[in-house]
This record gives sequence, C-alpha cells and structure tokens, in this order.
Amino acid sequence: MKVDKKEVEYAAALARIELSEEEKELYSEQLSTILAFFDRLKEVNTENIQPTSHVVDLVNAYRFDEVRPGPGVEEVLANAPERAQRFFRVPKILD
Amino acid sequence: MDLHEETVQGLRAKLARREVSSEEVTRHLLDRISKLNQELNAYITVTEQEALAQAREADRRLASGDATSPLCGVPMAIKDNMNTRGVRTTCASRMLEHFVPPFDGTAVRKLREAGAVFLGKTNMDEFAMGSSTEHSLFGPCRNPHDRERVTGGSSGGSACAVAADLCIAATGSDTGGSIRQPAAYCGVVGMKPTYGRVSRFGLVAFASSLDQIGPIAKDVTDCSLLLQALCGYDPCDSTSVDSEVPDFASFLTGDVRGLRIGIPKEYFIEGMDAEVEEAVRNGIRVFEKEGAVPVEISLPHTAYGIPVYYLIATAEASSNLARYDGVKYGFRARGASDTLRQMYHRTRSEGFGAEVKRRIMLGTYALSSGYYDAYYRKAQQVRTLIRQDFVEAFNQCDVIVTPTVPSPAFPIGEKTGDPLQMYLLDIFTTTVNLAGLPGLSMPCGTTSGGLPVGMQILGRHFDEGTVLKAAFAFEQQTLTTSRSQA
Repeated sequence: MKVDKKEVEYAAALARIELSEEEKELYSEQLSTILAFFDRLKEVNTENIQPTSHVVDLVNAYRFDEVRPGPGVEEVLANAPERAQRFFRVPKILD
Repeated sequence: MDLHEETVQGLRAKLARREVSSEEVTRHLLDRISKLNQELNAYITVTEQEALAQAREADRRLASGDATSPLCGVPMAIKDNMNTRGVRTTCASRMLEHFVPPFDGTAVRKLREAGAVFLGKTNMDEFAMGSSTEHSLFGPCRNPHDRERVTGGSSGGSACAVAADLCIAATGSDTGGSIRQPAAYCGVVGMKPTYGRVSRFGLVAFASSLDQIGPIAKDVTDCSLLLQALCGYDPCDSTSVDSEVPDFASFLTGDVRGLRIGIPKEYFIEGMDAEVEEAVRNGIRVFEKEGAVPVEISLPHTAYGIPVYYLIATAEASSNLARYDGVKYGFRARGASDTLRQMYHRTRSEGFGAEVKRRIMLGTYALSSGYYDAYYRKAQQVRTLIRQDFVEAFNQCDVIVTPTVPSPAFPIGEKTGDPLQMYLLDIFTTTVNLAGLPGLSMPCGTTSGGLPVGMQILGRHFDEGTVLKAAFAFEQQTLTTSRSQA
C-alpha cells in the first residue's frame, strides 16, 4: 500500500503537524513499508465478526452529576505557556 | 548483602526490626544513583530532597507502629509517564520537558500513602512509544548486563534501575509489552495486570484500551507485593473494574501439581534465537518436574498481533496526543505564530520526536475517511479473533508459557533506522494487551554472551494469582534472578 506525498500531507494536516520536505519523503517511504506489511490482515476472514473496542465487560460507567472539589485557577494556570489574568493566552483564532 | 541489593520483602523485615532506617537505605541508593546514573541513564529526574523527606516520614511511621504496608520506607522508582505532584513528568518528550503536574495519579497516590519513598522518575521511550528506550529526549538507557546494548522499552529506565540496584522496585507501564520486554532484556520480573485492575488515572495516555501500569521487581514475591498495592477500583478511571482484589501472596505456595501449562506452537518460530528457545524450553521442563502438565495449544491469530496492535494503538494514540497543542501546558513553539492553527502545527512539529510523529501519522491515516474500514475496523475485528483464541486456549490450560521476546537485548542503534524491525520485537507481547490478559516476564536463563532471557507467563482475566503461583514455583526451583553486579 503506497502512501504518497499528498497522502502524507493530508494526514499531517489532520494531525496538525508540520513536516519538512525530508520528513515527508521519509514518512512516505516508512508508512508505505509498514502498511504493506499490515496488508496481511486481508488474509483473515472477518465476516460477521464484531469489532472489539473494549476488552472487559464494562458498559458506560456513570456517576451522579454532583459537584466535587477541583483544582483552583492558579493551579490550572501554573503550567500555562502564556497567560493573561485568569486566561490562557493564544494567538488569534480566526484568520 | 549491600543495602542496594535488598528486596522489598527483605528490607521490610529489616525496617520492622529497626536494623536499618528508611533514611539510611534512601541515602545509600541516592549515592549509588549519583555514581551510576550518568552512564546507565536510568533516571530522568532524581528527587533527592523529596525522597529524604518521605524516608524520614516513613521512619516516623515505622517507629510508631503506623506502617501497615510492606512498601512503607521502601525506595522506589516511578516511570516518567506517571503524574507525580510537584515533580516534573516529562514522558521523555520535549512536549512535557518542563511540565510539573498539580496532582498525583491514583497509582502514585496509593504508593505514596503506603509510605513508599520515590527516588525519582525513570527514562522511557517518548510517550511510551518504543521497544528500546532509545527514543528519549534524554538519550538512551543502557543495559546493566552490557552497556552497549539496549534495556528494551518503553519502561527501560525502570527495568534498568531494578536490575542495577538503583532502586528496590519500580513501576512501569505496558501497552504492547513495555513492562515485560524490558524486564526480559534486563533480567528482572515485570508484570502487566489484567486490563482494568490498576487505575490509569494519572498515567499519561498512549492507547486507552491497552495501557496498564504494573510492577517491575527483583523477584516474584516483590512483584506480588507491589501489584497488591497498585490494584483496585478507582472511580476516577471509567475503565477501572470493580472486581475484588485477592491476596496475591496467598498464591505463592510453590505447588504447581496438576497445573496445565499451555505451550502455543505459534510462539516457537522459525528464526528465533536458539538460546532463547532453549532457555524457555528448559523452563517448561522445570514446570513438568514439579508436576505441572504441559499441553500443546494453538493461538492461530498470533501472527496478526503486530498489525492489529500497531493499527489500534497508533489510532488511539493519534487521538490521545491531540491534546498537546501548546495552549494549557507543555511546550509551545517559540516566537510568534500568526494564528492558533499555526501555533498548533509548529508546537507539535517541534515538541514531538520522530517516532511519536510517525505513530500519530500512522494512526491518523488508519482512521481517516476511506481507510477506516480497511485498517482500523479490520484490526478491531481481528482483535476479537485474537481474544477468542485465548478464551478457547484457556479451556485446555490454566496458564500459557512462552518466550517474552524472540531474541535477547540488541546493540544500541541497531534497529533505530528500521521502524518495522523494531515493531516486530513485540510479536509475543502485543496479543496479551489486545486480549486484556495478565502477563508476567521473569528470568529463565542467560545466553552464552551473558544476556538475560525472559519467560512469559499468561493467565485468564483477573487470574494474576495463578500466574504468580506458576512464576513463584519456577523461581523457587531455579533461583535465577540474573541481576547484574554493576
């Protein structure tokens, strides 16, 4: 399964990662090799087999909607790369 | 015996008799770390002041009879993807290089409340993605048995620290083999519990349906003591299972008469290292001598474990790592970005290492429209079949015994150029995570070159007890704990 440069660029855009030209070449090659190896999954007959997303017998784990203590503002902002008063500061959102 | 050679069990007895204090052992280990860590690179962060404060507190508790846990006063190492309040938790990544969590994860909190002493945070593959502890911002970890070789990964720092007596015991995490494989390469005991046994709250997520925290220790008894402290339902983790935790120590009887040992033919493959195979087959003979019954079984979908694992794990990782965006914590690309989106791109390009980026790309691709059915959904279907293989096998046997890795520790740098070659190392370990089963690796011999060989023991869901029973019996018969003399 060949993953060409356009597909690498597409996936990178979805993942919000910027790649250099070298990285695009490298990942195109490596992802192609890896996915070619994974193609052997086609050999397995999975007709009528349900997908497994979870391995133990748990269904929706709910709790009552009760207020509990949480971290304070200063604690939450302590690791902020940039802050302004009680807010996280970021570059403008819209072009 | 030197203080650093102590086990949890041995040290607990000495602490109880006041033969030694926690502060003494802690100072001794900190001193040893200062001498050896430069070369071995097991620790990313050493928490000297915090450790001494914890040790003094533990000594107070021991003196006043308020030390109920066997871990009270025992110096341990914590893998650096487990959030520790006030102590940086880097995941060996630039993305979190300066991140200081405002909270303890549940497993860490339980250990802290038990009175364990935290010596520091151990080296690992970045975001737990790797099998060699070479993909680390802080450089590779070196195998104490041969400094030119890898420790395995991703919990390489923890396995190294235990093997080189730089801690009494450690925690690791296992998503596709990340506790068991480094335990095998370093000649120590490592266990991944049943999925849902140990809370993932506070464990930096890699693949949410696969990740588990577990013990890495010098022997099976220590492993069971640490496992006991870690297990338990946690309302903060919605995948945590509310299932009774048995007394694991009660399984350490040494009696395996009548125990049916499944030997899966798919795990003794063409091209695997002959000495590894011989060591594991010798292991099976030891079980037989003790009255266990070997049974040939088949796990027909074993060969598909790698593609299934690397599609599901990377897909889940691409989702879990979407949170690293430079907004609320962690790395943000330096210099002004014009827009938020540009900041995301630059932050994620500069903050993540190559292997992490590769896996995010793979996962994103496998989930993208047009490929989702062929890759991700298909993998999930084959996952069902892999799980079924084990369910059927456990009708014929009580535990399953296999080699942990097809070959022993390899030289540093040998596989970093070929990602697929690195992925193939996980061939015996990933199916266990995919099925959610408990699995342990323990030393069962060494190669002619002196490298440890690991034997893997698997059990039914929530049957860690039987796995530990088998492991303990084997250990009693062989007393092979091949830890290095550093």
